[in-house]
Amino acid sequence: MIKWSRLVTLLLITAVVFGTVALTGKKVAMGTTLGLDLRGGFEILYEVAPLNEKQKLTTQTLKDATKALDNRVNKLGIAEPEIQAEGTNRIRVRLAGVTDQERARDLIGKPANLTFRDQDGKILMQGSDLAENGAQGVLDSQTQQPVVTLQFKDAKKFADVTQKYIGQPMAIFLDDQLVTAPVIKSVIPNGTAQIDGQKDIQEAKDLAAILNAGALPVKMKEVFSTSVGAKLGQEALQNGVEAGIIGTIIVLLFMIVYYRMPGVIACITLVAYIYLLLLMQNLMGATLTLPGIAAFILGIGMAVDANIIMYERIKEELRSGKSYLSALRAGSKRSLSTILDANVTSIIASLVLFYFGSSAIRGFAVILILSIIVSMVTAVAGSRFLMNLAVRSNLFNKPGYYGVKERDIREL
Amino acid sequence: MNYKFDGYRFDFVKHRKKYFIVSALLIIAGIVSLMTMGLNLGVDFKSGTRVQVQIGQTFKEADVKQAVEQIGLHSGSITTAGDKKDMAVIQFAEPIHKDEFAKLTKAMENKYGKGVSLQESTVNPIISQELARSALYSVLLASVGIVLYITIRFEFRFAVSSVLALLHNVFLVITLFSIFQIEVELTFIAAILTIVGYSIHDNIIIFDRIRDNLKHAKLKTVQDVEDVVNHSIDQTLARSINTVLTVVICAAALYIFGGESIRHFTLALIIGLIFGAYSSIFIASQIWVSWREADLKKSKKKNKLANNEA
Repeated sequence: MIKWSRLVTLLLITAVVFGTVALTGKKVAMGTTLGLDLRGGFEILYEVAPLNEKQKLTTQTLKDATKALDNRVNKLGIAEPEIQAEGTNRIRVRLAGVTDQERARDLIGKPANLTFRDQDGKILMQGSDLAENGAQGVLDSQTQQPVVTLQFKDAKKFADVTQKYIGQPMAIFLDDQLVTAPVIKSVIPNGTAQIDGQKDIQEAKDLAAILNAGALPVKMKEVFSTSVGAKLGQEALQNGVEAGIIGTIIVLLFMIVYYRMPGVIACITLVAYIYLLLLMQNLMGATLTLPGIAAFILGIGMAVDANIIMYERIKEELRSGKSYLSALRAGSKRSLSTILDANVTSIIASLVLFYFGSSAIRGFAVILILSIIVSMVTAVAGSRFLMNLAVRSNLFNKPGYYGVKERDIREL
Repeated sequence: MNYKFDGYRFDFVKHRKKYFIVSALLIIAGIVSLMTMGLNLGVDFKSGTRVQVQIGQTFKEADVKQAVEQIGLHSGSITTAGDKKDMAVIQFAEPIHKDEFAKLTKAMENKYGKGVSLQESTVNPIISQELARSALYSVLLASVGIVLYITIRFEFRFAVSSVLALLHNVFLVITLFSIFQIEVELTFIAAILTIVGYSIHDNIIIFDRIRDNLKHAKLKTVQDVEDVVNHSIDQTLARSINTVLTVVICAAALYIFGGESIRHFTLALIIGLIFGAYSSIFIASQIWVSWREADLKKSKKKNKLANNEA
């Protein structure tokens, strides 16, 4: 006799799964943080060296440098910059969605040891004499030329300097680069100075940002860089997603044709799996990169494998003459240890990847681990639960529903 | 096809010497190829810069070369890529400076319009050597971890057979990349490690079945060992085929539709997945059979000696 309560529960769960995916799926998919390979941007690895022989690189100097870089990037108005110290002498900067790469790259790596020198090169004042946020990129009210105005902490000190060197040029150096050398025409009592010669207001603002962020406490050399044009990134994403959808649909069809009723259940749990994986990834704030998509699709393969292992076992039990319910029980129980052992070894391999891999590989490993864990919930527990409902509903009491031939079934 | 319960459809074990010979020949070919041709390493593994230009229209490689040389850069090679043949890949043997990259961007925009999109990667040899080293350590360490886990859950013989099959798979993928001179990029490492994960996954499932069947079998003769393994492979065969089929379908979709940037990655993946399925049946299981039988003969000899002395 058909047990409707079980059947209705099964249908209800199916409706809930598909309903949730249909209603919120798009939102979840859109909420994914994309790596720079998928939306354009760039990544630079800097090797950090001490400024001079006396200085020693410590974790603190590395931290200071990271903070200074962070300040600069923030001034650029770039969202979600990723700046982190790596090892003992490296800093990795990752900027996704940056359109004007040249400018950003210039600004980040530029030194900023500001000095004011006399004709003989003697340092009169330094960047550290600047007031907090004392540099500003503005348009000069009289000439309408872009300039950087400077405000010094100690107005008196600056007044003394201008008095002493009146009539002489005062050179403004950014590290060892001469920026400009205006002649001091009069004593400046209010502690302000100005650097002109900027091409446009943007350049003036950028220079002000560098000055305010202060001198980098270290020397930096680009040792690795990778950049992706926004258009290339989008194309890669679209391709990856399309490939994923096509692959998934073929696999779902295969499952239904080969495994029949259990195959349909596999489809429900697989859709739930993909949805949950995206959701988990968003909640964790993980970034989806190209290798990540690959791991994602491999994860689908692993989840399908869990289903296949279980269904093959159930088929075997059915062939040996067991009833549907006991075949399900024995099949899911005996397949569990197999799936567990296989997945644990894959997780071990992924953990090693995560620990030793570089950025892209780490993203890959994280998604693989995540997908194995999620698949244990959906493809193992979820599948088992739904199969139970289906079998107990007594609607599918024919071997054909399980892809088993009648004549293959032995007498017990 | 009729399913027989007490027999098996194919004697997998009987021909094992042939599989070993085939794999040995492939490995020798790999060693020769690696020693003579080596690997076609991308910039990820050596010093230099690789620039990928999405031009958005068909173009002449010579034109791109001319534009590159006009701004004073020396390109190593320029190749056409992409489904629509609208992408140029320029390799520089020397790392190019960011100013030069900016110049190159401008030159390409001037020539092909604002719609061009550039992708650049520059690596310094120290970093790439580090990458290669960390990849090697990863595979070795992963192997150790896997051996430990399988030894605890199964037995040492299973563990060693699995890891041998796994290294065999990894080596054969590297071999094919060497023979066909396919470019090896950073993502290749990710592919190799996926292969490690997958072939172990595949091995475990067959060994798990062997372990299961051993509970009900007594291994007294060589024939007993072979029967158990043949049964186990036969019972898991549908699963082995279907699983590798579904994973390969996913990887193939990625290869065909996934775009240029991951093509080498997915190719490595597909080759590795197929070797992974092959080796779990024809290499790992067969190593285990040979080992188990050797042990069986040894202990028999011992018993005989002991009996004779008595």
